Amino acid sequence: MDPFTTHTGVGVPLRRSNVDTDQIIPAHFLKRVSRTGFEDGLFARWREDPSFILNQEAYAAGSVLVTGPDFGTGSSREHAVWALQQYGFRVVISSRFGDIFRGNSGKGGLLTAQVAQPDVELILKYLENSPGATITVDLPGRTVTAGDIVAPFQVDDYVAWRLLNGLDDISLTLQHEDAITAYEASRPAYKPVVTAETGRRTPIQVSTKPAP
Amino acid sequence: MGHTLAEKVWRSHVVRQAEGEPDLLYIDLHLVHEVTSPQAFEGLKVAGRTVRRPDLTLATEDHNTPTTPGPVLDVISRTQLEALTANCAEFGIVHHRRGRLGQGIVHVIGPELGLTQPGMTIVCGDSHTSTHGAFGALALGIGTSEVEHVLATQTLPLKPFKTMAINITGELAAGASAKDIILAVINRIGTGGGQGYVLEYRGEAIRALSMEGRMTICNMSIEAGARAGMIAPDETTFDYVKGRAHAPTGEDWDAAVAAWRELRTDDDAVFDEEITIDVSTLAPYVTWGTNPGQSVTLDDVVPDPAVLGDDDARGNAERALEYMDLTPGTRMRDIGVDAVFLGSCTNGRIEDLRLAADVLRGRRIADNLRMLVVPGSQAVLEQAEAEGLDEVFTAAGAEWRLAGCSMCLGMNPDQLAPHERCASTSNRNFEGRQGARSRTHLVSPAVAAATAVTGHLASPSDLSPLPDRTPVEV
Repeated sequence: MDPFTTHTGVGVPLRRSNVDTDQIIPAHFLKRVSRTGFEDGLFARWREDPSFILNQEAYAAGSVLVTGPDFGTGSSREHAVWALQQYGFRVVISSRFGDIFRGNSGKGGLLTAQVAQPDVELILKYLENSPGATITVDLPGRTVTAGDIVAPFQVDDYVAWRLLNGLDDISLTLQHEDAITAYEASRPAYKPVVTAETGRRTPIQVSTKPAP
Repeated sequence: MGHTLAEKVWRSHVVRQAEGEPDLLYIDLHLVHEVTSPQAFEGLKVAGRTVRRPDLTLATEDHNTPTTPGPVLDVISRTQLEALTANCAEFGIVHHRRGRLGQGIVHVIGPELGLTQPGMTIVCGDSHTSTHGAFGALALGIGTSEVEHVLATQTLPLKPFKTMAINITGELAAGASAKDIILAVINRIGTGGGQGYVLEYRGEAIRALSMEGRMTICNMSIEAGARAGMIAPDETTFDYVKGRAHAPTGEDWDAAVAAWRELRTDDDAVFDEEITIDVSTLAPYVTWGTNPGQSVTLDDVVPDPAVLGDDDARGNAERALEYMDLTPGTRMRDIGVDAVFLGSCTNGRIEDLRLAADVLRGRRIADNLRMLVVPGSQAVLEQAEAEGLDEVFTAAGAEWRLAGCSMCLGMNPDQLAPHERCASTSNRNFEGRQGARSRTHLVSPAVAAATAVTGHLASPSDLSPLPDRTPVEV
């Protein structure tokens, strides 16, 4: 993963709240087995509308998405993060993110900058009044700068540290393999292991009503 | 101070704790399906890593699979299914394929096989993994990078969650179901209200529910934005698990039950947040909008955005009504539908099918209406056929299908046409969820069945009684 420090790019004002991951990328686009090629699915239904923000020339080089609260709710599809990144986005700014989406973003190197709603509103207005204007997102300083607006943002400290250093979670965890092995030795014997057993002889049991 | 249920399960799974870092938690069970796993297996191979615990990993195919017999015609879907088969063979993972007993929606087969047990940590690359919380497990939906992380290490680095108690009090009103309870909860706290929280559903109405009903409730925790939902295990839970294919036996069973009895929130534990909902007068809930929080009771009308909360809620509602092609003031019961979908990880279990079959027995679905009945798993399918439920559905004019996610998510061939309207027992009414420009009303199985009969949103109490039998009780 490439380290992330500071990014300056065209801000895209998406004035919608509750943008769920089905809108970010519809399920139809999730069938690939590779990690690439998801940019076409980004906001696919909305892009059918010629007036949609991403279809406007001023935002063609957009890389910082600024949007309403509760961005990335719903399905756990990490393809939403890949679609945003492969389209060219490095940062999403919102006052509130879906938990799984935010976690996925941190893994993939997409910065989710949590900015207070009044500041998001100022930035949205600034971008709407100056189409194509750039925004600077400074991760070490935790600030977003848009014209005269300088707004602080929040991001999880550990995620920020990983992003700044471009570190991969799995290698970090594997440094503690001894601890994992020790924990495994302490697991109770009754915990299940998966076998090919399908329960052919075990009828589905319903607890409240007998079979008619 | 005591601990909540969620904290107890968390604490018993900590592999490593360090200041300023997330806790590293051990994962007891990892469920895998075809859509969110290929890139994770690819990552493993590129890095030269392997699956640490294939014996704690189970794969099945559900999202992409057609629910009609025959080969998978869509080439890209087939490639994804073949990729899962190849990856499972390469890494030694048990894989239940289409048509075999054991196959089904991930969140239906885990409990059914007895793999979902109290006090476990369970993850899957699917947000509805919260379903398994019904057993007192901490069950989390994760992204593909995390899938890869769990495959490689059988652990996940996680930041502690806050906890919210959802007290469901009173005796559940006749005609209302678990689905109506959870729709009422989401209506109350909103689609973002659970963000950062593990919800614990408590109270007499929860205790009185079957495991199926509890699963329906925990399943939709994610629709309130929560990372997980949980219910403390009790005798109902133990009875459900006992005797299943992967349930402990003999001394292991006794040891397990002894440990499971400790899995309850201590009396002196403190939740970060607490809400109470009395369900003694609860009516069936139906959504009118494009997120699961936008709902009213079936007795109500389509709301007027002008009287809704703040600018944001108003704007959202206006947009939703335009998408749904609904006018404020319209009675919910006057909304006609083109299709009814009974199934999904929310309401595709045997109890849901029995309930709908009770309504449909001796009746016909409305003309020009399509009804899909999709069992949540192959085992549910076989059980339903053994009870003759399939004949009830087909005699009523509905289509009886093979197990899978089906029309819940617009990914396999079961989709609505643009502008078609559907009463659906699934979990999401997002724009385009059931197919491009489709319109979804989330409902309970009872409302779905009654709606299929009348052609517009209805409950079984709206149906005229059949001459030769007593009225339906639900």
